[in-house]
Amino acid sequence: MSLGTKDLRGSVAVVGVGLAGCGEAPGWSETEIMAAAARNALADAGISAQEVDGLVVASVNIFLSGLSIGEHLGIKPKFTDSTCVGGSSFVGHLIPAAMALNYGLCDVVLVTYGSNQRTGVGRGDAAKYKAILDPLPFEHPYKPFNPPSSYALAAARHMHQYGTTREQLAEVAVAARQWAQLNPEAFSRDPLSVQDVLKSKMVSDPLTVRDCCLVTDGGGAYVLVRADRARQYKKKAAYMLGVGSAHWHRQIAAMPDLTVTAATESGQRAYEMAGLKPADVDVLELYDAFTINTLLFLEDLGFCKKGEGGAFLSGGRIAPGGSLPVNTNGGGLSCVHPGMYGMFLIVEAVRQLRGEAGARQVKDARVALTHGNGGVLSSQITALFGSEETL
Amino acid sequence: MTTTTATPTAGPEKTFKDKLAAGSFEIQKCAGCGKHVFYPRVLCTHCGSDQLDWVVASGAGTVYSTTVVRRKPDAGGDYSVVLIDLAEGPRMMSRVVEIAPDAVKIGMKVKARIAGSGEAALVEFVPA
Ligand SMILES: [Zn+2]
Repeated sequence: MSLGTKDLRGSVAVVGVGLAGCGEAPGWSETEIMAAAARNALADAGISAQEVDGLVVASVNIFLSGLSIGEHLGIKPKFTDSTCVGGSSFVGHLIPAAMALNYGLCDVVLVTYGSNQRTGVGRGDAAKYKAILDPLPFEHPYKPFNPPSSYALAAARHMHQYGTTREQLAEVAVAARQWAQLNPEAFSRDPLSVQDVLKSKMVSDPLTVRDCCLVTDGGGAYVLVRADRARQYKKKAAYMLGVGSAHWHRQIAAMPDLTVTAATESGQRAYEMAGLKPADVDVLELYDAFTINTLLFLEDLGFCKKGEGGAFLSGGRIAPGGSLPVNTNGGGLSCVHPGMYGMFLIVEAVRQLRGEAGARQVKDARVALTHGNGGVLSSQITALFGSEETL
Repeated sequence: MTTTTATPTAGPEKTFKDKLAAGSFEIQKCAGCGKHVFYPRVLCTHCGSDQLDWVVASGAGTVYSTTVVRRKPDAGGDYSVVLIDLAEGPRMMSRVVEIAPDAVKIGMKVKARIAGSGEAALVEFVPA
């Protein structure tokens, strides 16, 4: 007899989260940032590195990243995964990690990420080598400025089809900035208006530089255990209530409809496992690599109808004080975005559910939705977390 | 519609490029389900058949979405990146030339032509 997907509901919990080197971490290697984030997450839970017997990591650059970080931390895991589907990877890692924990392959899974893409050397060279090692021969010759150009194509299509405006996209950036101003750990905290976004440098029409995420250093980590052990650690556990994954393409030309993402499927799968619906969600952490992401995911995850995202999020609805708290840390747009942002969704969701988010705390947050995006609107992975009373 | 057989000595990507270098823009048509496939692949993405024949593309297309990549004038200036829905069905990334990049509009009818030659041969589009 095997476990059904519903058996995964509440079966595992995050008991520790940590950040490291967010913003700028000059002089730190990628592996060292991962290790520092891991240390902070383990300390948060009150677990020693030697208790970790499941190790999960994804890296943009490091081949054999799982082996590197295991060696660096002195961990000898029984279970390892280093699946990389882009920025959504760390939400996706919940799936194999939950299965490994439930089948008793291991007891304590550490998931970690780090990047020094802002201050590390050789960023231009890395892009050049990637184009050689992983060529995209049917896109590369046209020189899309990726990832922005692919998201710009999606934004342009949404604007054409539904009348979405640049002002509405700008509202996403402004809301993220207002949340960031409540988060002392956020990288960009200067005031930002809709006009500022519209007037800033155009990168790939219709997206300006302020419609695009930050480029920062930073790392994050979380510790996942079976629910039966979740109460023995220092802090309140955040239980995984549901998770779902979907992808339909890698390159933007292969996306069936640029206004509909695979989040329609990943979200449905996560809601079904959790037995929850959008109205049950208290706080959302959506992967906002670009302003169009937040809009698309609000639609595709069922918070408003397709095509109505622009009007829905306008008027401060997703900003502090609005009725739907979205990206409460400031998001990839204003808090932190070191290449792959998915890890930071989970860290913030857990902090909100614990009630330790300070000035940006969402009152009585019991259910948090995290939604990871990878590639160019390609990999979509949704996870719902809940506090103990949601079990 | 002209049908040719894929060179058995090369994969679909090289076969496509060789045909393009020889002056012919060809895409795949599935003998199993009759639908067209682009970019060139080993299996039909619609039905899974490996019976993919090469056919000359009509070259007719419609702009599905468009962006202008901003670049400093001394680096060559702004340029067009588009997604084109080919009349046969598949969508491809390309560029629209002979008009200003910001004059390219969604829904615009366009026509394919081959730019460059040899290994640098590339499908681009002009207003139809
Ligand atoms: Zn077929």
